Amino acid sequence: MAGFPLLSVIIFLPVAGIPLLLLLKDDEAVRWAALAILVIDFLLATWLVLAFDPVTPVMQFQERTVWVAALGISYAVGVDGISVLFVFLTALLGWICVLASWKAIDVNVKTFMINLLVMQTFMLGVFCALDLFLFYVFWEAMLIPMYVIIGVWGGDNRIYAAIKFFLYTLAGSLLFLVGIVVLYFVSGRTFDILALMEAEIPFSIQTWVFLAFLVAFAVKVPMVPVHTWLPDAHVQAPTAGSIILAGVLLKMGAYGFLRFSLPMLPDASQYFAPLVIALSAIAIVYGGFLALAQDDLKKLIAYSSVSHMGFVTLGLFTFNTNGLNGAVLQMFNHGIVTGALFLFVGIIYERTHTRQIADYGGLMKIVPIYTLLLGFFSLASMAVPGTNGFIGELLVLSGAFAWGKATGAVAIAGAMLSAAYMLRLIRRVSLGPTAFGNPEPLWDLDRREMVAILPLAIFVIWIGFYPMPFLNILDPSLNHLLMQVVGR
Amino acid sequence: MDQQAIIRSIIISTPEIIVIFGACVVLFAGLMRSKQLLNILTGLSLIFVALAAGATSGLAGPPLLAYGGTFVVDGLALFFKAIFFLATALTLLISRRYVVEENIAEGEYYALILFALAGMMIMASGRDLLVIYMGLELQALAFYVLVGYQRRDAKSTEAALKYVILGAVSSGIFLYGLSLVYGLAGTTDLMGIAASLSAEEQPGPALILAILFLITGLLFKLGAVPFHMWVPDVYEGAPTPITAYLSVASKAAAFAIVLRIFLESVIQVENIWIDAVIIIAVLTMAVGSFVALVQTNIKRMLAYSSIAHAGFALLGVVAGGQDGVSSVMLYLLIYTFMNVGMFAVIIMMRNGAVRGDEIDDYTGLATSHPVWALLTLIFLFSLAGIPPTAGFFAKFYILVALIDQGYVALAVIAVLMNAVAAYFYIRIVMVMYMKAPSRHFDLALTPMLRVSLIVAVTGTVAIGIVPGWFLDQAQNAAFGTQQASIIGLLR
Repeated sequence: MAGFPLLSVIIFLPVAGIPLLLLLKDDEAVRWAALAILVIDFLLATWLVLAFDPVTPVMQFQERTVWVAALGISYAVGVDGISVLFVFLTALLGWICVLASWKAIDVNVKTFMINLLVMQTFMLGVFCALDLFLFYVFWEAMLIPMYVIIGVWGGDNRIYAAIKFFLYTLAGSLLFLVGIVVLYFVSGRTFDILALMEAEIPFSIQTWVFLAFLVAFAVKVPMVPVHTWLPDAHVQAPTAGSIILAGVLLKMGAYGFLRFSLPMLPDASQYFAPLVIALSAIAIVYGGFLALAQDDLKKLIAYSSVSHMGFVTLGLFTFNTNGLNGAVLQMFNHGIVTGALFLFVGIIYERTHTRQIADYGGLMKIVPIYTLLLGFFSLASMAVPGTNGFIGELLVLSGAFAWGKATGAVAIAGAMLSAAYMLRLIRRVSLGPTAFGNPEPLWDLDRREMVAILPLAIFVIWIGFYPMPFLNILDPSLNHLLMQVVGR
Repeated sequence: MDQQAIIRSIIISTPEIIVIFGACVVLFAGLMRSKQLLNILTGLSLIFVALAAGATSGLAGPPLLAYGGTFVVDGLALFFKAIFFLATALTLLISRRYVVEENIAEGEYYALILFALAGMMIMASGRDLLVIYMGLELQALAFYVLVGYQRRDAKSTEAALKYVILGAVSSGIFLYGLSLVYGLAGTTDLMGIAASLSAEEQPGPALILAILFLITGLLFKLGAVPFHMWVPDVYEGAPTPITAYLSVASKAAAFAIVLRIFLESVIQVENIWIDAVIIIAVLTMAVGSFVALVQTNIKRMLAYSSIAHAGFALLGVVAGGQDGVSSVMLYLLIYTFMNVGMFAVIIMMRNGAVRGDEIDDYTGLATSHPVWALLTLIFLFSLAGIPPTAGFFAKFYILVALIDQGYVALAVIAVLMNAVAAYFYIRIVMVMYMKAPSRHFDLALTPMLRVSLIVAVTGTVAIGIVPGWFLDQAQNAAFGTQQASIIGLLR
């Protein structure tokens, strides 16, 4: 067991599978092959979680090889309690994306699946990287497949959305790059993330680097006011693209805060915490109101993401155990629930080819199972007790109140807003008179769709009723992180 | 100079002699009547380039001085010569089909390419301003003719005329600066100039003027703003392989002398020129990036892109030091791979009636030719500086050198310009991948073009993924020169 490069295998298995796809001629075979590769990857990730020792904050499964000796760059990967969860989430959503694209993608299937596999490798790499340069390479390289996925297989306005996504993210990332290089020199020429966490960095430099990082992560999260690429990208992207965006990409911004801003720039993080919290509070309320006003299913969910990610960044910068735990759990939850919601939109869109909420109504009578599960995930999204959202949001709220009463109050208002727009969505889509005539070719969930949805549903209930396994994995790492931020 | 020294000098300059001899052989071979003439000319030229490369690699090691110290083979020269050989070989390969299409298949074409190579090699090895100037003029004269080779094409003729006039002006300015330096220092030897400059307490107005003239002359050759006017017209009008050659090799040669003159010799009076170079670098990046946004012709767009890249590479000159020098060198090597690759793509599109140099000509290429579209995508993302391609590492290393010297604000400006520049590269990706094809593609893919595309893409990807070895080469080369020159000689 020792010496087996499990993480590298998990990261590079999807890319290694590309030659197999190239050999296949038949679209159906390509789909199956991509599914098989990603399922194997998911099983490996599951193994990783099971083999992970949750009592220590130390990076586990570490691998280190010198990459560019002259600049002190190494290929270093490893996972702690935080990243292991996101490796798992990414691997889980990976094969679900293949299932979601089974019928929706019918042109250039092979190219699409190759993009999906490349994307998967880069995303997994981001969560495993222990070297800043390596992290940046994965982080930035993701733009290429994502740009292509949105731009080639997206909706009518896909080109605009793809370019907007690309340029927003790139502009933010490049400042991040400058910040990285500054950190490199300040800390004595190292890109090693663990060493950088220990480095003492002067406050004046911390503030500048923090701001550079803030721009990059804020674009990715996205935080108000740099969130405007998200609705466009979400609406235009194919279902799999939306799932990846909501489920994994948005988490990376928050993960960046967790992995870099907080532990490496603790003083600046505290100094700028009011700013970040204010932006988060604005995102929660503003995103909520925007979601309330949407007529397009995907846009509604996109804006709800802005609001929900506001909870995450809020929790991160409260600097208390509850806030942090809640934020990270909420990141995981949001990936599950929003991923599922986009899947649902994709499923119904395949049948009706409309995303306008006004075109729907009374789905309950036509596709009861679909409606039931949609309702279930909507409840999770509005954090009803018994679902995963409740646990995460409750923790964030308690953290927010500990930080300041006003902050808590704003967060509560946001939580109420989420109930308003999700319930409104359910009422307009599922209830009321049916908008479709009798011979309408609507069919309920088929087996493929059920297989894609069920694991997500399991996590909703599992975390909702018994979140301890998840919190236990997170706890040592987050405590360690808290020590790094507040402890010195 | 005794006989032994002369023989030694000849041995040290063997590569240059081989190339010039080769040029003459090719010139005569062009008179042959043979159906295989083009293959013979290409093959002969490639053989001479390979021989010269072999001879050059034989000279690797500690710096060697020849011709009374006016000619040097050191790390810097070796590295730049490697770039020239690579660029020349790729240019020869991508020319094969194009010269037939454009009806310019003649022995002189190949001979001139080799003469230009010889000129650039002399530039890289010159350690005396006059030797450098001689190399500069040799390559410039060869390029003047090559740019105007399509003599029945109005654009090509116009480009050649512009290039000759502006090139002559810039050479004149450079020469004037050179003469002023000679007047002040009493020598044209770079080491001698360095020694006499370091003796000066306060730079007088004549020295400032001399340095500014030298800078101006060189920046003309680099196509830096505000001396960039000739670049788009010349790039658009010249035969495409020549544009590729010009954009990588000629630019690299100009950078070679910039590095040698500025970082080895007049670094003593850095305070005179450093601010000017900073301002020019920023302007160059800005003009290149913003003006490229509105271009519809891909060769013009790449011209502005090359202006922007020159601005970025100038930042390495600003940074200076070992990292600064080696970052510029690595940048130029990587730029050679990705830019020649992109030009090879343009040549691939040139077939019969299709000129293939409008961006719209690429509409929907990915649908029918996924492999070649993917290659183009890699070149474009590399030019845009997105990892894991080599273009990213090139820019990254420049940023490292720059921030090491404390130029953080400059680094921020550079990356923001880069974000602007990314738009016009991904726009071509967009056109290729995201629009339905409007025509049937008939690509002019010859075996030689395939080889050059594969070489270019291999370099672009390999340096991106394993940059370590190439970085070491660049650093050793840069370190070698410093050891050999000022630091070693002055102390």
